[in-house]
This record gives sequence, structure tokens and C-alpha cells, in this order.
Amino acid sequence: MAIAEQQRLGKTELLGFYRMMRLIREFERECERQYTRGNIRGFLHVYTGEEAIAVGAISALKPEDYVVTHYRDHGHALARGLSPNAVMAELFGKATGCSKGKGGSMHLFDASKNFMGGYAIVGGQLPIATGLALASQQKGEARISLCFMGDGALNEGEFHESMNLAAVWNLPVIFFCENNLYGMGAPSATTLAVHQQMYKLAEAYGIPGHRVDGNDVLAVHELMRELHQYVSTGNGPVFVEAQTYRLQGHSIADPANYRPAEEVEYWRSRDPIPRFQQWLMAEGLASEEEIAQIDAAVDEEVVAAAEYADSSPFPEPADLYRGVYQD
Amino acid sequence: MPVMTYREAVAQALREALDEDPRVFLMGEDIGPYGGAFAVTKGFWDQYGQERIKDSPLSESVIVGAGVGAAMAGLRPIVELMTINFSLLAMDQIVNHAAKIRYMSGDQFSVPLVIRTVTGGGASVAATHSQSFEGWFASVPGLKVVVPSTPRDALGLFRTVRDLEDPVIFIEHILLYGTHGEVPDNGYKIPLGKAEVTRAGSDVTIVSFSRMAQVSLEAAEELAQEGIQAEVIDLRTLRPLDADTMVESVQKTHRAVVVEEASGLGGFGGEIASQLQERAFDYLDAPVRRVSGEEVPIPYSRPLELLAIPDAHKVAQAVREAINR
Ligand SMILES: Cc1ncc(C[n+]2csc(CCOP(=O)(O)OP(=O)(O)O)c2C)c(N)n1
Ligand SMILES: [Mg+2]
Repeated sequence: MAIAEQQRLGKTELLGFYRMMRLIREFERECERQYTRGNIRGFLHVYTGEEAIAVGAISALKPEDYVVTHYRDHGHALARGLSPNAVMAELFGKATGCSKGKGGSMHLFDASKNFMGGYAIVGGQLPIATGLALASQQKGEARISLCFMGDGALNEGEFHESMNLAAVWNLPVIFFCENNLYGMGAPSATTLAVHQQMYKLAEAYGIPGHRVDGNDVLAVHELMRELHQYVSTGNGPVFVEAQTYRLQGHSIADPANYRPAEEVEYWRSRDPIPRFQQWLMAEGLASEEEIAQIDAAVDEEVVAAAEYADSSPFPEPADLYRGVYQD
Repeated sequence: MPVMTYREAVAQALREALDEDPRVFLMGEDIGPYGGAFAVTKGFWDQYGQERIKDSPLSESVIVGAGVGAAMAGLRPIVELMTINFSLLAMDQIVNHAAKIRYMSGDQFSVPLVIRTVTGGGASVAATHSQSFEGWFASVPGLKVVVPSTPRDALGLFRTVRDLEDPVIFIEHILLYGTHGEVPDNGYKIPLGKAEVTRAGSDVTIVSFSRMAQVSLEAAEELAQEGIQAEVIDLRTLRPLDADTMVESVQKTHRAVVVEEASGLGGFGGEIASQLQERAFDYLDAPVRRVSGEEVPIPYSRPLELLAIPDAHKVAQAVREAINR
């Protein structure tokens, strides 16, 4: 764990990181249960194993910064402070959802948090994040745009167009690749030419490329603090490759049989949540009791979110026609 | 009344937007020192500077997508796609994102983006550069599709779209840039979803849009020599679509011919014909006829190209058939 961060961050922040990672994990476990009950439908892509990225990265942002992400977006939404109630209600398709039930799991939005959306077309969010950064530049604002993507997005033309435009126009955007080694069932080793050094793709565009252990919340946070400072002061875009692993299948429908058991085992042993918990305890920053208290509070929050979603109304039939255009 | 070209009308519309709204900026390939592929933004770069006239790389997807993002952040980007053929490389941003974000976000975000582009054939630039995709865009809820056929309409419609909170694809026609027309100087605006009867007549209704609306007027002239009085309707926008005007006209004339430049199978003319039969069936004395582009990629060779794209004679012939039936 990154020593400098431990010194800079107080106990409250550190326990906050733990709490948020735990919240994401338990929230998604609840999602899986609700899915089997038929309350959540369609695609459900969980973030299990990657929580340290959303938590470490988004905690380094300012409220005015933009967050743009892909369809595996529950973690980013919660880390950005969207209420678990509103996110769960969205997954239930309820009127109280953060997108009023219109978007579902892959399309979470919250204007009040500058959470500019989950985007379900691989690579599609990159041009938009680039445009948000362009708006900041045009308006002379210091706010940056943080754009998450999977490793699969690096194969898309929109990635390359966005990197190039951000570079030539010196835009304040952080392109953040969650390299979990797979895009659905395809190992990046078979799909991406520079799969062992994804961050080097950025260098081809003259964009500084960084690599970080995506299962180390403090390492992610520390890097992102530096990069926020760098990007928000007019130095142009950066690219981050966080190495991580999807502990579950691509979606709830995917048993992920295509992955070697040893590989899964290896990454399970690097699960960011127990890892951080052990570190907190070893450093004397949290007692077993404190951890247990946080866990219990998270469990309650998740149960409450499911109850809220369950008891919320569905949209009215008339809502079908609302919001296609401005009223 | 002042007379100007279609090109000048679009340029004036853009200048007004830039002059009157500090949130507006232009973005597109070679719209800067080069002045735009069709010289619409000639002189803009010198006048407004590179911050507001953003000369972009050859990257259709990110230009449109950056427009979407900037629009979500409260700016008023006007993006130029050099021609509608290249919009195919930006389809994801236009269809999956620009058109969807308001709805999918539960009405939290607006995308006040105007995409200007150029449709149509007839310029001898062959199959990849002569297409008419306006009908495709018209099939996307969340977009607005504007297809002006005169300088007056181009200016009046643009004044409306630049203030909208929703994404608009504003489709100019490659062969119309050099055409002239009267343009009032009273700051008029033309609303979307309001077709215009551009020629009154009693015998048949010709429904069309974009350049074919002009071709239909030519056909009406030809028919007038023979004593056939055609009423010509220029739809001006495809989404929203003003069906009322054409239905009212057909209730009077009892015959309809629908003209479009794109090939007919799956074309927008089918939608018009369908609405007419649903809403004016009892008034029709003949089946609705369609005149469309031939079912071929547009060929280069001039004699073949002329055969592939509807002209006034073809339209007039369809009208005669509708009447003599
Ligand atoms: C343009 C596009 N192509 C294909 C898909 C189907 N698809 C959904 S997720 C996915 C894999 C993406 O992998 P990656 O970007 O690595 O993200 P991860 O799921 O690993 O987080 C694919 C192929 C899609 N949504 N969009
Ligand atoms: Mg992946």
C-alpha cells in the first residue's frame, strides 16, 4: 500500500474507502439476488473485484468534475455518491431510479453529481468525455473529465479518435482503462496488439501513459490525485491502465468457464477488499470491531435500497413518451 | 427583398448564431482556413478565430461525440460533417448517444447539438459520395431532421434549430448551394414540423423535400403547359413530420405523387404514402405514386447518373399516370 497516501489521508477517509468498496460489493450481491427473483432484468454486469478503481479514482475528483463511464457502472455511480436507493430503483426499472427507470443498469445518470452516464456501446463514451473536456476548455473552467473504459474499448475506433483529438487540442481528460484481461470471453491477449502494455498506446498519441495496480485502492487514489493536479492545470490528457480482474463472469448469465482456475485463484487472492481490510488492521487503523460495524451498516444500507426499490412505483404509461424531446 | 444563394443563407445563419450566442462554436473538418468543403465557412476562421471555429481532425465519430459532450456541458456546438456519406462513421454518436441521452437519463441531460451535413447526388462523385440518408435519420426518435430546399428556408429553419434543446441534423443539399432565392430581412424564423405549399394546384399533390422539392416545382411548370395544375408541398422537416398539410391538400386534389431522391425500397416516401392512405384513403381517386432514385448505387458516368436520380420529367410522367389512370 502506498505509504504517502496513508500519511496524507486521515483515518476517516481510509475507512471511507473501505466502506465504499464494501458497499459496492454488497450492493451487487444484492443485485444478483434480486435478479434471480426477477426484480432486475436484462443485462447485469457486476464490478466484483474492481471496486478499488472506482473508489480510489473518483475520490480524487472534485464535485464539479465530470465522470463518464461504461456499462459496468454501478461501482462508479456509488463511488460518485449516487444513492444506493436511486441506483437500485433504476435497476428495478422504477420511477424513482436515477434515470427514472429509462436507462437501467447500463445507463445510470445523475446530473446533480456530474455523473454524465454509463454508456453501453463499447467505446461510445470516449468522444463524449472528450467533448465535456472541450467544454471546460472553451469556458475556461478547471473541471476535468474522467472517462472509464474497459480494455475492450481500446480496440474501437472511437478510442483512437478520442485520444488523438484530446491530444491535439490539449483537453483536460483522464482516460482510465480498467484492464481486467477480458472483453466478454475474449482474453485481451488475443484481441489487442499491445495487450501487455496498454498504457503504451497512449504514448503513440503523445499522451502520458500510466500503469497502476487496480486492486490497490491507495495506489489508484495517489496516482489520480497527481493526475488530477496535472490535467486540471492545462497539461492536456493522460491515460491510465489499471490492472485488475473481473472476479465474476462478464454478466450474470456468464459462468466464465473459459478462464483457467489458477488464474481466477490468483486474482481472488488479490481481492482488493480483504486486502485493504487486512492492511487497515495491520496498520492499526481499524479494529475488528470497527470493520464489523462498517460491514453491518453497509448491509443495512443495501437491504434498505432493495426495499426502497421494491416499494417504489413503476413509471406511468404516460412516461413512455416523456423525455424523447424537451417538453 | 434581398436575393442570396443557399450557401450564403447557411453562412448567414451560422454568423448570426456565432454573433448572438457566445455558447456557439463550430467544429468540423477543414472548416477553418480552407473555408469548408462547400465554402460555407469561408472567412469565418479569420473573423471568429480558432477557438470558435474548431478545425478538427478527420474523425467523424469524435467530432460528433465531442459535440454531444460539449452540448451536455451547456455549450451550443454546431458540428459540420463534410457530407452525409461520412455520417456513417459517426452513426454511433448520432443514433446511440445524441438521440438517446435525454431519454435514457430520465430527462436530466439535454443535447442541444446541431449537426450540419450535405446530402444528395448529381455532382458526378459516384456511389460513395452521392447518397441521401435523410430518411434513415428520420427513423430515429430523439433526433430532429431538417431538409431545407431554399435559401429562405435554410436561414429561417436554422434560426429555429439553433435555439432547440435537442439534437438536430440539418441537411443541406449538394446541388442547392449555388441556387438563388429571395430572403426576407426581417429576422423571420420557420418552425419545425410545418410543411409549405410552394405552389397551389387542384389536380394532384406532389409531396417532396430537399432538392426534390425544387425538381417537383419544375415538373409542375411542365405540367401546367398541359393544363394540369399540380399542388406542390415541401415538407421542410422529416421529423417532426407535418402530415396535416399534405392530407388537407390531397382531400382537395384527390391524387398524390411522392418524390424523393433516395432509392425507394425502405425510403421515406413509403412513410408519406402510408400516412396518406391511412388519413386520406377515402379522398384518393388513384393509388399514391412514388418517384424515387433507382435501386442502384449512384454511378459516376454522367448519362447513367442522370438516369439514377429523379428529374422533373420523371415526376411529371408519374403525375400524368396518376391522373390518366
Ligand atoms: C460497440 C459494441 N460492440 C460490442 C458490444 C457487446 N459487448 C458488451 S461488453 C463487451 C466486452 C467489453 O469488454 P471490456 O471493454 O474489456 O469491458 P469489461 O466488460 O471487461 O469491463 C462486448 C463485446 C457492445 N456493447 N458494443
Ligand atoms: Mg475487460
